[in-house]
Amino acid sequence: MNQTPRSRVVSAVLTKDLRIEARSRVVTNQVLPFAGLIMIMFAFALDNDDVLQRVAGGLIWLATIFSLFVIVQRSFAIDTSDSALDSLRVAGIDLSAVFLGKAIALTLQLIALDVVLIAAAFLLYQVQVSAAGLVLLVTCVICATTGLGFVGTLYGGLTAGTTGRETLLPLLLLPVVAPVLIAATRATEAAFGSGGAATSEGWAWVGLLTIFAAVFGIGGSLAFGPLIDE
Amino acid sequence: MKASQVNTGVSLKMSQSSQKFSSTGTQATRVIGVLAIVVMAWVVISGLVFTPADVVQGESVRIMYVHVPSAWIAYLAFIVTAIASSFYIFAKRHSLGFDRVAGASAEVGVMFMAITLITGSLWGRLTWGEFWQWDPRLTTTAFLFVTYIGYLAVRRLDGSIEQRARRSGVIALLAVLEIPLVHFSVVFWRSLHQRATILDPNGDVKMDGLMLFTLFSGVVAFTLVFAWLVLHRQRTMLLSDLSNERGLDNAILARQSENASN
Amino acid sequence: MPSEKVVDFKDVVIVYDNFPAVAGATFSVDKGEIVLLQGPNGAGKTTLLRACAGLLPIARGTANVLGCDLSTNRVAVRSRVGLLGHANGLFQDLTVLENMLFWSRLVGATRQDVDQAMIAMGISGRLGETQVAKLSAGQRRRCALASLIVRRAQLWLLDEPHAGLDTQGRDELDRTLRAARDSGATVIFASHEIERARSLATRSLMVTTGMVKPA
Repeated sequence: MNQTPRSRVVSAVLTKDLRIEARSRVVTNQVLPFAGLIMIMFAFALDNDDVLQRVAGGLIWLATIFSLFVIVQRSFAIDTSDSALDSLRVAGIDLSAVFLGKAIALTLQLIALDVVLIAAAFLLYQVQVSAAGLVLLVTCVICATTGLGFVGTLYGGLTAGTTGRETLLPLLLLPVVAPVLIAATRATEAAFGSGGAATSEGWAWVGLLTIFAAVFGIGGSLAFGPLIDE
Repeated sequence: MKASQVNTGVSLKMSQSSQKFSSTGTQATRVIGVLAIVVMAWVVISGLVFTPADVVQGESVRIMYVHVPSAWIAYLAFIVTAIASSFYIFAKRHSLGFDRVAGASAEVGVMFMAITLITGSLWGRLTWGEFWQWDPRLTTTAFLFVTYIGYLAVRRLDGSIEQRARRSGVIALLAVLEIPLVHFSVVFWRSLHQRATILDPNGDVKMDGLMLFTLFSGVVAFTLVFAWLVLHRQRTMLLSDLSNERGLDNAILARQSENASN
Repeated sequence: MPSEKVVDFKDVVIVYDNFPAVAGATFSVDKGEIVLLQGPNGAGKTTLLRACAGLLPIARGTANVLGCDLSTNRVAVRSRVGLLGHANGLFQDLTVLENMLFWSRLVGATRQDVDQAMIAMGISGRLGETQVAKLSAGQRRRCALASLIVRRAQLWLLDEPHAGLDTQGRDELDRTLRAARDSGATVIFASHEIERARSLATRSLMVTTGMVKPA
């Protein structure tokens, strides 16, 4: 039997994951409110408009990373609940294509989440952004969520179906995503001009985010198959 | 059906070789162990008594004789883990021996990393007045520590021995990708927000010959301890794998005799 | 002409969760056979089927499926076998048709294959537009069987395919398996519906405590 073309597997997995989300609305109805609540709780905890404005970038990305854990678990629960992951393995298809499909779906969901979180930062923390800052912000969101999508899918696949995955996933993921937290936060602060940061400072951080996404995109494509196999 | 028919050559060879190990010690590890004790004794005496206090740091400089060698071992251990893991993954014949060395080395490495962080923060308290500074090297070390705790957790996931080897091997290689990224991002982060330069644990010390020699001896002693621990640990892992294998022989027999009794 | 061996197991041990679920199984299946695995619960039938699909590592012994040595390369065999396990491998939030189209895209089947399979298992029409979550257990089983049909596998592995199906569904299943055999495939299935299964099978094997013998 001929091997199915990679691109077809990628798009099949991608549309499957997005369609299931569009129908079940777990991310929309549960993760989004969760992330929004984190933003509000930060405002309670910090209780100072100046401080909030200065740390808004960090809060957005912390909320994103906490939500990432939940979305990743959900993304793999779809495949393990009725052993569809087994069927995917038996189908003899290229598992790196499954990795890419799932990672892109995860990235798109994270982008949607970040749009809402940034809007919340404008409303709740009164941050401001210039036109140049907006370009930086959009690029930063795309690069950071791509990296998070790759890394989340990779480690989500590793822990899928194992006992104690709810606690293991954050333990494995948090140290790995630290560079994204640092870089995306600095880039976002530069875009907002928090604490007098210049927009130009942010682009170097976007470079780091791009390297991160590339490293884990390649590493994940190679490692995902062996990791989820029995 | 007799159990011997079920056994393949591999398992027979394994059970024979397991009889050779009455303990995990060999001639080589005994020599390493004695050498480690001797050199370590010299480091303790020289570090605490013979060497002078530092002009700037005073007596606290003596922490360095533990801190620097343990940091070296911690990083060496993770390099060993990464190399052994890549041998396991990329070699044609996936030899589980490499996996055991990788796991043993990571366990020892996590211990030395803990010693590094503890001695480092004690030194920091004495010298900087604070237990912790957001110094790139410190931060990277802390992240490495957490990453390898995660690595050890992955080794304990349920599944076959091969599955353990493959999963943990991939995690070890991903850690090699991750650590430079963490280090680079922290360096970059601190360089933008840096205030006063921090006193460097080795850079600012005026070292005389004896101090340097003691430090060097410490590195040698810790390396010997590391080799001794890893050799023993990977052998206990081998024995535990073998006892699983032997348990499997018994389990197969038990399973088959269920058949006879039915 | 010697018959072609599709499955050839010799003293195979398969360990699952530190337990030798299969403890020295020796049997072979020729091309074109429909083989029934019968035996009590926990005998190792499911493990045998999953191992044939290349999903489980072989701890000891030699196992060949469709000419692939499972101890050295379990992955190669996967694209040529079809496995229906206890679970259906369906996505609850998608409709029957969407599930079918997903699996058919992965294995490169055409829309026509999908329509035929859905008709064969009696899930075409209005049922196709229904979400899997809203189906009964038997309907889900039909859906899983239909997605197995589009795979056009050389070796069909079915774990209690009759369970949950009504009489009509069982007839459709038997017809489908015979048709697959006629087109050159080989079938191995486990079942507790001994009467029906025996009439379908060309040969029966007894699985007890991890070993296989003729029934």
